[in-house]
Amino acid sequence: MAGYNLRNIMGKISKGFSSASRSGLLWPLIFLGLILLVNAVINPGFFDIEIKDGRLSGSLIDIMNRSSYIILLAIGMTFVVATAGIDISVGAVVAISAAISAYLIGGTLVVENGVQQYVSFMPMPVAIIAALLIATALGMWNGLLISRMGLQPIIATLILMVAGRGIAQLITSGQIITIYYKPFFFIGGGYLFGIPFSIYIVAAVLAVVMFLKKRTALGLFIQSVGINKTATRFAGINSSNIILWVYAFSGFCAGIVGLLVCSNNKSADGNNAGYNMELDAILAVVLGGTSLAGGKFYIMGSVIGGLIIQSLTTTIFSIKEIKPEANLVVKAVIVFVVCLIQSESFRKKVAGVIFLREKKSL
Amino acid sequence: MNKKNIPILSCITGGKGGNSCGSMFNFKYLLLAATIALFIIMFGIGSVSFRGFFSLKVFFDLFIDNPFLFIAAIGMTFVIITGGIDLSVGSVAALTTMITGTLVEIHGVSPAVVLPLVLFVGSLIGFLIGIMVHFFKIQPFIATLGGMFLARGIALMINTDSITLNNSFFKAVSNYHIPVIGNAFITINVVIILIVVIAAVILAHYTNFGRTVYAIGGNEQSAILMGLPVGRTKILVYTISGFCSALAGVTMMFYMPSGNPLHGVGMEMDVIAAVVIGGTMLTGGSGYMLGTVFGVLILGTIATLINFQGGSVNPWWIRIINAALILVFCLLQILFEKKGRKIAKS
Repeated sequence: MAGYNLRNIMGKISKGFSSASRSGLLWPLIFLGLILLVNAVINPGFFDIEIKDGRLSGSLIDIMNRSSYIILLAIGMTFVVATAGIDISVGAVVAISAAISAYLIGGTLVVENGVQQYVSFMPMPVAIIAALLIATALGMWNGLLISRMGLQPIIATLILMVAGRGIAQLITSGQIITIYYKPFFFIGGGYLFGIPFSIYIVAAVLAVVMFLKKRTALGLFIQSVGINKTATRFAGINSSNIILWVYAFSGFCAGIVGLLVCSNNKSADGNNAGYNMELDAILAVVLGGTSLAGGKFYIMGSVIGGLIIQSLTTTIFSIKEIKPEANLVVKAVIVFVVCLIQSESFRKKVAGVIFLREKKSL
Repeated sequence: MNKKNIPILSCITGGKGGNSCGSMFNFKYLLLAATIALFIIMFGIGSVSFRGFFSLKVFFDLFIDNPFLFIAAIGMTFVIITGGIDLSVGSVAALTTMITGTLVEIHGVSPAVVLPLVLFVGSLIGFLIGIMVHFFKIQPFIATLGGMFLARGIALMINTDSITLNNSFFKAVSNYHIPVIGNAFITINVVIILIVVIAAVILAHYTNFGRTVYAIGGNEQSAILMGLPVGRTKILVYTISGFCSALAGVTMMFYMPSGNPLHGVGMEMDVIAAVVIGGTMLTGGSGYMLGTVFGVLILGTIATLINFQGGSVNPWWIRIINAALILVFCLLQILFEKKGRKIAKS
């Protein structure tokens, strides 16, 4: 009886295993599990979640909260990569979005009778909508250059990447704008029902995206554009418009991240806001199993990729024996290992070597 | 041997008699001409607007102040012509300065030993990236991104602080001026740039290796079917880029005698911009080393122009102007390519 049960359980596990491997999430999940396991071994209280002042706190919540930037950018990036493109301008768009929201909310500290008054230059919804609209428009600019002018994705987004930080600096006139308007801080640093608000934002974007992917043909269209743009056009799908809106969505995601960054840091820094975030986002997408060559894409994979990067950073900072400077080296090693394991030719070569040895031993 | 049967020769001579290759190449020369013309126009604008701009000193300063950009851009041009990209250049240069700084200043090793060593380390990183790109089919963007993280990370692990090079050799080299005409002078770095450019032009246009590089960028599959040594060439191209990045790091130390793990942050994007403005297509297959040289010169001229304006212009305009230039050049490339294709068809 017991054995029967065990077989049943094993069967279920292997079923789950094969479905994970079919959906491309197997390797990313294994990596995430490994990193979390290492953490659990080093720090026994790692998985503990406790309630402090009505807020959930613990390493896992921390990782989820901090990874929201990368995950949001990676979700937008996944669609771009699925169309065989790349968007290296997201970091600059984050800086621009942060600069616009900071500029519109204003950086004046007003104190009346010793009590700080919350004054904003423009109403907060206007600032948020303006930042998101402009970020989306910048994404559309990328999309237009790529789909209508025929520029290569990397060069079109390189243009915005180079210009973007300059534009952000012009908006903030080269200063770091500090914000004193408290309601704005809720977006990036607030808690709702004990959970960081940024996690809700990620969940909302993810839900919309998953709905579009699973319940509409949009996911299929995007995938087919990535596999063959011309064939897709001949099949009656407007490839150009799909490419345009995919970049617009990536810009929109970067706009949200800009708001989060600005609200969390309570300031906008045109130089450092979103610095190198594009690389982390692309890395998350690749770690999640989506090929940069386009085609099949894994949204959940990218989310897990983002979690991998963030938990890696958290792990390195929590182990005292490793200097924080080692973060980049460990990241590089993980990039190489994951890419090599995902590379078919590497797997074949390794399998070939093992197979040869077995033959010889026989 | 009939002249007509040698495609390369007919391309250079203009390719009479309905040779489609010839007309296409002419359009690509046009792009190179546009780059050079832009440089002359910008230098002309500066000369008209500012007193003291039109001088050999200002012109030489373009070389003296950006030696690392020139050298890294030459390596990058090879990579981009094969259709790849190298994001690791800035980090490898920083790693070079850090290794040199530590070995020379803290361990007292002679520069004669250290400099060949760091050039070897740079080449080795490029070689490993090349192996990953060729044998394991990892996209150049990701493989070199890994290389970028690795080199920057090692540089930071060696030391997070900057190391000043007090060694007499570096002091002597950085202060050594070679007088040219009048009070204009050049530095050792300019000589290094000249050697690298000449070597690169010879390598790209007069060797089998160079022709294979162009062939891979044109169509890798065809290059393989033609029996060209694609794998070896691709690995070598990334090795050259790694070597050039390390050499760029060395020129950084000759320019400013210090090792700093944060040298060259974001340099890869300036280098790519210079290569693109120089008329090399990111799709691979076409481009000129000389174009890249002028690409860097244009970037340098923009910075000089803004410096001459004094405080009246926000330095952030430099980036915006650079971006606008990349846009214009890419659109020109597309226009020329379409025209070239039309002529080839008719």
